[in-house]
Amino acid sequence: MNVPKNLMYTKTHEWIEFKEDNVALIGITDFAQSELGDIVFVNLPNEGEEFAAGDIVADIESVKAASDMFIPVTGTISAVNGALADQPELINQKPYDTWIIEVSGIEDKVELMTPEEYDKFARAEAK
Amino acid sequence: MKLIFEKSREGRRCSAPPPTRAPHAPVPREYVRGDALRLPEVAEVDLVRHYTELSRFAYGVDSGFYPLGSCTMKYNPKMNELAAALPGFRDIHPLQGTHTAQGALEVMGNLSDALCEITGMDAFSLQPAAGAQGEWTALRMIRSYHEKRGQGRRDCVLVPDSAHGTNPASAAMAGFRVVSVPSGLDGTLDIAALENLAGEDTAALMLTNPNTLGMFEKDILKISDIVHRAGGLLYYDGANLNAVMGVCRPGDMGFDAVHVNLHKTFSTPHGGGGPGSGPVGCKKSLEAFLPVPRVAREGDGYALLEESPGSIGPVLRFYGNFLVCLRAYAYILALGGDGLKNVSENAVLNANYMLRSLEAYSDLKYGEPCMHEFVLSLKGLKERTGVSALDAAKALIDAGMHPPTMYFPLIVPEALMVEPTETESVETLDEAIAAFIRIFEEAEKNPDSLHGAPASAAFRRPDEVLAARRPVVRYMFGKTDF
Amino acid sequence: MACWVPNTGPDAARMLRAAGEENTEGLFRELPEEIRLRGGLKLAEGRTEAEVLSEINRLSQKNTRFASVFRGAGAYRHFIPPVVESVAARPEFLTAYTPYQAEISQGLLQAIFEYQTMICELTGMDASNASVYDGATAACEGVFMCARGGKKVLVPDCVNPRTLSVMRGYMESYGLKLCVFPHTEGRIAPESLAAHREDACALYFEQPNYFGQIEDAQTVCAAAREGNIQTVMGVNPIAMALLMPPGQAGADVAVGEGQPLGLPLAFGGPGLGFMACREKMMRSLPGRIVGQTTDMDGKTAYVLTLQAREQHIKRERASSNICSNEAHCALTAAVYLSAMGGEGLAETARNCMANAHYLAEKITRIKGFGLQYGGPYFHEFVTACPADAAGLMRSLEEHGILGGLPIPGNRILWCATEMNMVEEMDELARLLGKEAQ
Repeated sequence: MNVPKNLMYTKTHEWIEFKEDNVALIGITDFAQSELGDIVFVNLPNEGEEFAAGDIVADIESVKAASDMFIPVTGTISAVNGALADQPELINQKPYDTWIIEVSGIEDKVELMTPEEYDKFARAEAK
Repeated sequence: MKLIFEKSREGRRCSAPPPTRAPHAPVPREYVRGDALRLPEVAEVDLVRHYTELSRFAYGVDSGFYPLGSCTMKYNPKMNELAAALPGFRDIHPLQGTHTAQGALEVMGNLSDALCEITGMDAFSLQPAAGAQGEWTALRMIRSYHEKRGQGRRDCVLVPDSAHGTNPASAAMAGFRVVSVPSGLDGTLDIAALENLAGEDTAALMLTNPNTLGMFEKDILKISDIVHRAGGLLYYDGANLNAVMGVCRPGDMGFDAVHVNLHKTFSTPHGGGGPGSGPVGCKKSLEAFLPVPRVAREGDGYALLEESPGSIGPVLRFYGNFLVCLRAYAYILALGGDGLKNVSENAVLNANYMLRSLEAYSDLKYGEPCMHEFVLSLKGLKERTGVSALDAAKALIDAGMHPPTMYFPLIVPEALMVEPTETESVETLDEAIAAFIRIFEEAEKNPDSLHGAPASAAFRRPDEVLAARRPVVRYMFGKTDF
Repeated sequence: MACWVPNTGPDAARMLRAAGEENTEGLFRELPEEIRLRGGLKLAEGRTEAEVLSEINRLSQKNTRFASVFRGAGAYRHFIPPVVESVAARPEFLTAYTPYQAEISQGLLQAIFEYQTMICELTGMDASNASVYDGATAACEGVFMCARGGKKVLVPDCVNPRTLSVMRGYMESYGLKLCVFPHTEGRIAPESLAAHREDACALYFEQPNYFGQIEDAQTVCAAAREGNIQTVMGVNPIAMALLMPPGQAGADVAVGEGQPLGLPLAFGGPGLGFMACREKMMRSLPGRIVGQTTDMDGKTAYVLTLQAREQHIKRERASSNICSNEAHCALTAAVYLSAMGGEGLAETARNCMANAHYLAEKITRIKGFGLQYGGPYFHEFVTACPADAAGLMRSLEEHGILGGLPIPGNRILWCATEMNMVEEMDELARLLGKEAQ
């Protein structure tokens, strides 16, 4: 299972990369994208919108399913990945290189897992 | 196949309206349409051939076996079509005045009465245009009911996790929070979980009986008791009514409101997705909230009440999908009480006959008779051979039948839901059973041969991902057109 | 009793044995006794087809079929080319289910794709869905598409009152406030929108409106846009052959009642709700949508697409609960539009207008039948009435004429379509002149 060491993970299969200045990039994991199948559309939030940790921040559609993405932190959307409008398949191809939202002004976060913890967690879910 | 636009040629005509001797009345220049209106320009013979060709690539009940679980694809009697074509119904304007439409109102009144008797309800509205609209209408009635009794805080609707998607969608549209009630290991509602969830905020539980696995909720009286004691109401999704007509009635099981699907149980044609009709029935306690206009007896005849105190108002511009209601009425007249019971008995018999022969191949076992439909789980088959419910379903197309419902209910992995209905002969069922078994056996022997199914269809595995990523939902006229 | 159950006694017995049961009762043995219906349904005994048809026929004759119809108000009598019903009645279309199994439904899917294209052409929009229930529910769904953040929906009181009643229920359910504002001399005064713009997210208006008046759609849409209000324009599809469509007028969403497109009056149902919008709002459209793609052999193919919006996937988060739609009516409309073509539809619309203006001219000449509104109109208009309007229309019925619709204020909403003839209209005027004395 592909679980990069430089990221943190949530129980709802998002990854988060903390940058400096209370800013983070967030995407979904390899496990999540493979469960979804071919992604056809991402319903992104607007820049400037504020969310609390654990809120639904986006939803990701495949042909036969729609999956909510939960924001692991409290903050403001500082950017959304515009490339996803034309190429949502980037998430399938490179889940960890394709950030979905960038959040700034981070104040709070949900319980996060280390790469090792997430690896174990996801394997158990896969059964 | 070429689009009709690609067959158009400038100047070709098919039909024309009757002429008039009245002088031309022009549209003021500032309101005139500027863009060209690019509709087809074809001769009648080409129009007919175009649609004839299209119809060769469509599949109806008239084409072959259609065991779609939860859809009740029974044969559509041609008698219904004759009824719907009568000028005395076709040409009646909805606003021509009730005194000139007594026949239409009598049809509606009689149909409502018959539906009351069939479902054990006290009153019906024929207005909702489909099952989903019926659900939403009933939930709004339930909302009003609680509000009238000072219980407006009841903002939660309970829905089984096995329920059809319209149930939670309708509840959300009616302004409710939706809470899912889990199913037990045997596929029926988890009573203990329901007991926990039913409370002061419960407005209603939506239930279909038999449920979407084709199993009768035996504890229905207990379920009714739990919900009513918590102060909620019990709502019946009539999609599976074909299993129990003349055998039992939702009104006798504790349900307060129901919707029925005329295009399922009552044989009106599906038309490629509609029009359907989803009349809503209820007990006396909810009658005041029914939508208007309501058909009511008045002396020797009928009236249309445009207003009724407490009504949630109209849900459609007029009175419902009248010609669909007319077909259902003709069907009920033909069958009568005994005939409807005969329908349900044979629907259940046909399903059990098929289940007995196919159960061995499924991971989901029925310990008792199923009702009018059953679900096969191909989870084990997929794990062993890689052949999924989708592959098996597509392979059935090669066998000349419409596949069953796939991947529903959501709680069963690799599900195929089969509902043969009562209008199939035992030979058809035997052929279908043989086709299923051939595919299951082929999956064990030679799984790769099934991933490309259907092999014989003119079109194979359209790319749904592409269609959703870059949607093209209309023809774009090129430089050579118009 | 007519019966469509093939199982004979011997068939059923054999099948019961195979299913491991002694009798049919065995199949229902798990049902609790307390809820079993013993004694059967109290319905009349079943009848043969001949008897049913005779009874249905008898009922149909209790309805009056008027030779002359001058009433519209949301349901219109138009010429339906014979080829339309012949084609639409094909059982492969009529008895088919929703085309979820694309491989065996390409013909049906393509027919709906063509329908969607035609609706886009009529409305001047980029994307259409495969239908919703009727014009009123289309208006509601159209408004929901625009309900982003704002809480108020503006509707002028010159829209079809039945549509408005339906909207009240849908808006209340959705948590939106409906703000009905007055018309000015039968039409919307675009400057009147400014007073209501606070918190407003959408405006619904009709073209032509309930009184038959032609709105200045372009100015209305511009005024709405200025107030950051999206517009949902409900249109008469026949009128779209001549009048500026929503796309050109600058509306965001186009909706309407498609019954005039080849569907009979049928006492009001089934109808056809059509919806179309600009490309950027496509994913907000409710209901089914057919999309073009390729199959695994590279052939052009069609599928139901964008399904993730719908109830069977999104469940309680779906944009709408709609499942069954008016597919067969949409197919019928597509055949009608193909049979008529642009020229036939324009001619139909021109004849409607010519007849309506002729009728208005004749009626308003009679004392007491003053034309109520002075603006341009399509095929409906309102007059005053010198006598009791309802009573006067009743007396016309004896002559086989369904006159205009009596509306509040003792006025009459008249309609003329291409189906009316000059002789009929002359006769109507003659009778009115007599009765009104």
